[in-house]
Order: sequence, then C-alpha cells, then structure tokens
Amino acid sequence: MKTALLTGASALLLSLLGGVAGAQTIAITGGTVALGDGSEPIQGGTVVIRDGRIVAAGRGVAAPAGAQLVDATGKWVTPGIVAGFSRVGLVEVDAVDATNDVSARNSPFSAAIDVAPAINPKAQPIAVNRAGGVTRAIVAPGTAKSIFAGQGAVIDLGADMNPITHARAFQFVEFGEDGTQDAGGSRAAAHVLFRNALREAADLGRRTGVASTGAARPATANDQRTLPLEDQPDNSLLGAGRTRSQDVLLTRFDAAALVPVLQGRQLLMVHVERASDILQTLALRKEFPSLRLVLVGAAEGWTVAKEIAAAGVPVIASALDDLPNSFEELASTQSNIGRMRAAGVHVSIGMIGDNEARQVRQARQYAGNLVAVGRLPGATGLTWGQALETITSAPAEAVGMGSEFGSLKPGRRADVVVWDKDPLENGAAAQLVLIDGVQQPLSNHQTRLRDRYRTLPEGPLPKAYDR
Amino acid sequence: MSNKSWLFAPAIAALVGCAAAAPPQREASAPPAASPKSYSHDPYPSTYRAYPGVLTAIVGGTVFDGEGKRIDNGVVVLADGVVRAIGGADTPIPEGATRIDARGKWVTPGVIDIHSHLGDYPSPAVEAHQDGNEVTGPVHPDVWAEHSVWPQDPGFTRALMNGGITSLEILPGSANLFGGRSVVLKNVPARTVQAMKFPGAPYGLKMACGENPKRVYGSRNQMPGSRMGNIAMDRATWARAVEYKRRWDKYERDGGEPPARDIGMDTLRGVLAGEILIQNHCYRADEMANMIDMSKEFGYKITAFHHAVEAYKIADLLKANGICAAMWADWYGFKMEAYDGIEENIPLVHNAGACAIVHSDDPNGIQRLYQEAGKAQAAGRRIGIDVPDEMVWTWLSYNPARALGIDAKTGSLRPGKMADVVLWNGNPLSVYTRPERVWIDGALMYDANDPRRRPVTDFELGQPGEGDVK
Repeated sequence: MKTALLTGASALLLSLLGGVAGAQTIAITGGTVALGDGSEPIQGGTVVIRDGRIVAAGRGVAAPAGAQLVDATGKWVTPGIVAGFSRVGLVEVDAVDATNDVSARNSPFSAAIDVAPAINPKAQPIAVNRAGGVTRAIVAPGTAKSIFAGQGAVIDLGADMNPITHARAFQFVEFGEDGTQDAGGSRAAAHVLFRNALREAADLGRRTGVASTGAARPATANDQRTLPLEDQPDNSLLGAGRTRSQDVLLTRFDAAALVPVLQGRQLLMVHVERASDILQTLALRKEFPSLRLVLVGAAEGWTVAKEIAAAGVPVIASALDDLPNSFEELASTQSNIGRMRAAGVHVSIGMIGDNEARQVRQARQYAGNLVAVGRLPGATGLTWGQALETITSAPAEAVGMGSEFGSLKPGRRADVVVWDKDPLENGAAAQLVLIDGVQQPLSNHQTRLRDRYRTLPEGPLPKAYDR
Repeated sequence: MSNKSWLFAPAIAALVGCAAAAPPQREASAPPAASPKSYSHDPYPSTYRAYPGVLTAIVGGTVFDGEGKRIDNGVVVLADGVVRAIGGADTPIPEGATRIDARGKWVTPGVIDIHSHLGDYPSPAVEAHQDGNEVTGPVHPDVWAEHSVWPQDPGFTRALMNGGITSLEILPGSANLFGGRSVVLKNVPARTVQAMKFPGAPYGLKMACGENPKRVYGSRNQMPGSRMGNIAMDRATWARAVEYKRRWDKYERDGGEPPARDIGMDTLRGVLAGEILIQNHCYRADEMANMIDMSKEFGYKITAFHHAVEAYKIADLLKANGICAAMWADWYGFKMEAYDGIEENIPLVHNAGACAIVHSDDPNGIQRLYQEAGKAQAAGRRIGIDVPDEMVWTWLSYNPARALGIDAKTGSLRPGKMADVVLWNGNPLSVYTRPERVWIDGALMYDANDPRRRPVTDFELGQPGEGDVK
C-alpha cells in the first residue's frame, strides 16, 4: 500500500524503460512536448532518442520500429533543466565548511582555480536536483581574495562518477560590490586589478610563445561552435625556464589561466548588477577586443538593454529580484528579463547568490513566475515557451554549448524529462529523467526520509529498522 | 540576495491551540490592563487606524473562507472595514455597493506571514540596517523587534503587491536563546511602526534552539557553546523568571515594596502569565521535544515551532501538545540542522492533525508564500495526502492567525472580522497567479490595474525604477 502510493504514477514509466542503458533507440510518445527553443508546447508529440542523442522531436514524428516505447500520454516532455548559474556539486551543506568548496579564502591562487576536480557527483544536492528534473548545470567558483574566482565547469547531474561535460568552460569574475571588496575597496581598484592581470597574462603569453590570436572573436548569443570537451591548459605557459618580469602581482598559474581569456578561447563570465557596471564591463572589449563576455546578474540590465543587445553579450540573470537589496540593484524588477529579451538581449535564468548550491530546481518556478509577470498590467514577462527556453537552451547557448544540450533539437544530448504536469507549475514532478539517454535514479536522502516517516507510529522495532 | 540570511534566520513560534482538534485557548485581545500598582504592559501602543474604504461587493469568484470552506460563484461584501457577508450567488448585495466582477478569479483572506524580518533586516541590506539580532549576549528578552523596524523597508510593499500579505509577524533573529519580543503588523505603509502595529495583537517571544546560539557565542568562547549549554542557559533564565513573576504577582496582589524592574523579565513574566506567545525557532525533532519538556518544567506554552524542518518526524507530538509548525515548502541543507528537510513536511504535519503554517523568513519568499503552499500541496498528493485547495489556505491565513492570537479578528472571511481580502487573477496556488487587488480593513491598498494604488517607499523616491511594476 505505502509503496504503491509512493511510486504509483512513475512505476508505469519506469517499467517500460526497465533498466535501459544509453545505446539504443527510445521513443517517448503521446506527451505534450516542449522543445526548449522558445517555441510553444506541442500536443501529442514524439521524442526519438538513439545512442544517447536526440534524433527527432515533435508532432508527426514516427517511433522507429524496435524502439523502446515510453507512453507519455497526459504528461509533459521537455529537455532537462539547465541550471544557468549554480554551485551544484561543490557543496553538501553550506554552513559545514569541510563540505563547501565554493571559495578558497586562504588559497594563494585565484584565476587558476578550476572547480572540476571538486565536483562531487554523489553530493545530495546533485541527487535532489536531479529528482527535480535538472540535468546539466553551469558551475562557478566563488571569489575570496581576488575579483577572479577561477574557472567554472559545465556538468551533468547523472548518477555516475563522470560529472564533467566541459571543464574550464569559463573564468568567473566579480565586478560589482563583491568585486569591490575583493579588490581592496573600490570599483576603480577592481578595474585596475583586472587590467593588470590581463596585461600580465599577455606578457606571459609573449614570453612563452603563446601569442594572442589578435583577431577578435565576436561573442554571439547563439554561438553553436562545439568546444573541445577538455580544453587542456597550455603547458608551455607553465614550463620551467621561461622567466617572467619581477614586476608582477599574479602567480604564474593565475597568469597562465588568464591567457585563454585574453585570447578569447575561454569565456569570461562577469557578475555585475548596476547599470554603470554593466556598461563598464562591456567597454572592456575596447582594450581587450578578444574577450568573449557573459554577464551574470544584471539586475539593472533593463535600463541599458539596448547597449547589451548591441554588444551581443548574453546575460544570465536573476529572475525574480525586485528589491533594492543593495545600492547596485535599485532598479530591480521582475520585468527585467522580459524587458531585456524584448530589447533583443539573449537572456537566461541563473541563481546568483540564491541558494545556488542546492535549489537550482526552483528555476522552473522562477520561469513560471515570468509567465505570470507577463499577465500583469505594465509588466513585461515571457511566453511559456520563452520561459522554458530561459532554463534549457538559453543557458546552454550562453556558454557556447547550445549545439550539445538544452533542447530537443536533433543531435543534442538526450537529456529528457517526463513530467506529471506542466513543468513550470508549482509542484510538477519529474517522473522520468534521462541524461545522455540513460535513465536516472530519482531516489535520494529526502525520498528515503519521506518513506520512513510516511506513517509515524513505530512498529515492533524503532524507525531505524524501517528501510 | 538572501542566501546567507539563514545563518541568523530567526525563528520561534508561538502559541495557542493550532491542532485541528483543539480550539484556540486564548482570544486575541488588548494586552491586559496593568494593575494600578504595576507597570504598563503596552507602553508603545498601536496608533494604527484603518484607511477609508467603500462598500464593496466582490461577486462571482471562487471563495476560500480561510477556515477550509470553499464557495463557488461566491459573494463577499466588505463594509465599514469588516466582512459584512460571505455566501453563494444568492447573497444580497447592498445598494450602492461598488461591484467587483470576480468571475474566473479567486477571493481569499489575506496571507499572513508568521515569520518575517522585514523592517529589522530591511532592503537595502547594508551593514547599517542589520538590526535583527542583539548579538551582544545570548539572553535578550528585553529587546523588542518593533524598535528595530524601519517602516520604509521596500520589502513591505513587495509583500503586499506580489504576495497578498495583509498581516505579518516581525521577529528578532535567532542568534540568541532569547531573541526578544516580536511584533504583529498590518501590512500598511506608515511613517512609524506604531501606525503599523496590529491593534490588540499579543506579543510574541522569540526563542531559538540549536546551531545559531551555540555557534555565535561558542565561537567567542562564551556560553552557550553546545546544545546542552543552550538548554542550561534557558533553564537558568526561566528559573529566574518564575521567581520574578512570583515577586511581582505578590506585590500586585498584596502591595508593599515594589520589586526591582527588569525589562527582560517583564517579557518572560508575560509568557508565564499566558499574555505573550512563544515563537520558537527550532529545526530538529529531538530539540523540539526538549523544548516541549522545558515548557512544562516552567509552566509556559509553546505556540509554534518555526522552521521545524523535522516536524514530520514528531507531528504526533506536536498535535498532542497543540503546537503549530511554521515551515518552508522545500528548504534543506543550508546548515547541518536543516539536512533532513523534505518536500512533504507540511502535508505530513497537516495529515497528522497538527497545525501547519507556511512561513517565509525571507523578503523574497514572502512574495510567493501562496506558491510555496501549492508546492507543498503537490508534494502531499504524490504520497497520497490530498489536501483540497480551500483547506490548504488554512496554512496561509487561519492557522497563522491562530498562532499569532489574532484569529478572532482576521485570518478568515467570517462576517464581522477585518476585511483583509485578496482578489487573485487565477487559482492562488498556481505559479501563474498574482494578486489583482488587496484590501486591508476594507481599504483598497493595492490594485494591479491602478498605478496610483501602488505604494512607493521614501527610500525609492527619485531612484532608478521608482514606481515601476515590481
């Protein structure tokens, strides 16, 4: 009885897939299918998966002969949710320092820090958010003593020991109030610290023969280039025998880590909220034309949306900030994302300073709220399809990986979720989660506690024997 | 953003019979008049006056009365600041009433947040505004949250416009074992906190279990540095309070030389006398059980446990003791004592027959309490606990009103109660829904269609985004 209640709806789906691995053909039929590309959902659509990739999705798509069938009638099918800015996998319990690898207050390094080896695929927040339908995450380190936090990664939330989709996908920088503190106390200091760091990187590159490409590579919102999955550091930058000037602030490792940023081979993700800070960040490309920028936060982005759009710089924004929580967010409004999008900015949702190590599953609720905002007089929100896009393909595109995941377009990794209802609605539950076409377990510490305490009276033995 | 707030996030809960079976033990009323020989129990009285309203009939909506009843195609009449009538389509509409077409919309009592720090941790969250914890000592029943509340906190207006919040309790933080007195406010913009104070609402006393007090003081090599130290200091303080009460009771009864005044002990005496409600921040099941025993040892009542992340493990104990649990829908893991948070906490507590409340403890979350209730409802349904929408609304209005001792005045749409009402533009448990109008004591304080009914705080005047839709 208890078991039936607990697993009821999902058991049917799970039995149909029964222990499948990735290397085969799966057809999910009959559901309401949303592609994640901004389009509106399609009734009675089919999603076909082969060898861990999407083959086709939409109405009129036939299930190939011999495919394993998943009946999603009455359910919703979407790409897995992509956490646009997160710290998932770096933390087990925020306030337990030994389990919190977000920032390194006592490290001599900054830009060289690489979060990839710190990701723990067995951390409960990975399992909990996987059960919430989150399949990929953009994971950033946090700053400590420098404006440079280090290099972030793109990960999957699969239940295996290989979480890294793309290590060192970007360098993360704090350029607002946080950066001011990290730089010693003023925005002016943050800017000179940044410029000095890139100049030291340029000097190191010259001395070691890793010359700048010189050519600016435009950072476009829909950069579909497939990046190398493991962009190895330039070993020549780190080799012995190459002397540096004595007049340097950065360690050799940190300077080396900034060479790909300077040369536009690695994204530079910048957290700014205030309108003037946004414009100053965009202006960095006058001095460093190869920078490939992504803005994070941008609470006042709507006030300079035309400039952001003209620069072609994608924004990963907080969805629902509407308080003047600081003096750099005075103009915050829940219409920020809608207004930026309407102005032509490429926008996605991130959880910046918002329980980003544990609650990225709330991105769906945030997206749903932007639909609600669109129905308020005087406000600007999103359509349902656009809202889903901000938590699937848009963040993938912001880090240049839109061709790899984030939508149900052919060729994408088969990160697919079957939901019991409209996934943007409160309380929608993921019933089937595929990552790279592999069915994922949805149980975790929380579901086990739930099952243990579904009824309270203890039996002949204490609760500790109930499992 | 607020993700560090939990380190100090205060919580405590308060009183009176929330259990479904137990009637409220205490009627909300003005603080008892002090004995002529005694001190004032209400030295900072409310100056709140209802703003003018008009005779209004909200017609054709789906009505949740707040106590678990639903009326389809209902009529709610507001007059003279109170609910005059509630009923079906045949309810008479008084002549001259302003008629609001609520077809396709929902009508509910205003949302009441029992756990907020608006005003004492206001926006902007600069250091100069951190007024919610008297972190200079672990025992501070002498401080009153209302003396930290900044009425110009823009958060109040967001809670009104996006959250449909009509009343809320502002608590001190949880750095201290005894955090100080809470205050219940009507969510109206005002120049002074006195002009926001809910008339006649009893005070609360914030207490805190667990990690926060022992971390704050243990790290300074002061007591308490452990959970047992927490309880030891609590007991020593209550023992003094019992003695203080005995001396003052005797003086007020028999006269003689007045005992020395102790402002903190006044508060504890009020708790022991049943005038002040205990609002107890506590996460773990075992610690809640310890706090219940301590309340019995010294003869006071715990009204509500706040946060109560493990309430589901002892929902039977909460029911048996008539204690409410004020909870989040899905917070977990931000600190060790929150590690066992689950999405089914609220429905499991409700299902056990105990008093469940959805709370925020957050200036953003307070804007979406109705959505949090919707998430908790869905989590319950997935394990076979199907709580109807109209019953879910008791988590948002009637139960918090009971736990604040204001249920005789607000929290449901009974005739004669304060006309604290929200008209929603859709089902109010849905992510797609927002308040369309909010009335407080019958006065229209927000109208999504009328920019002139959108409050702007002093802080926001002349700033970027002034008067914008938020």
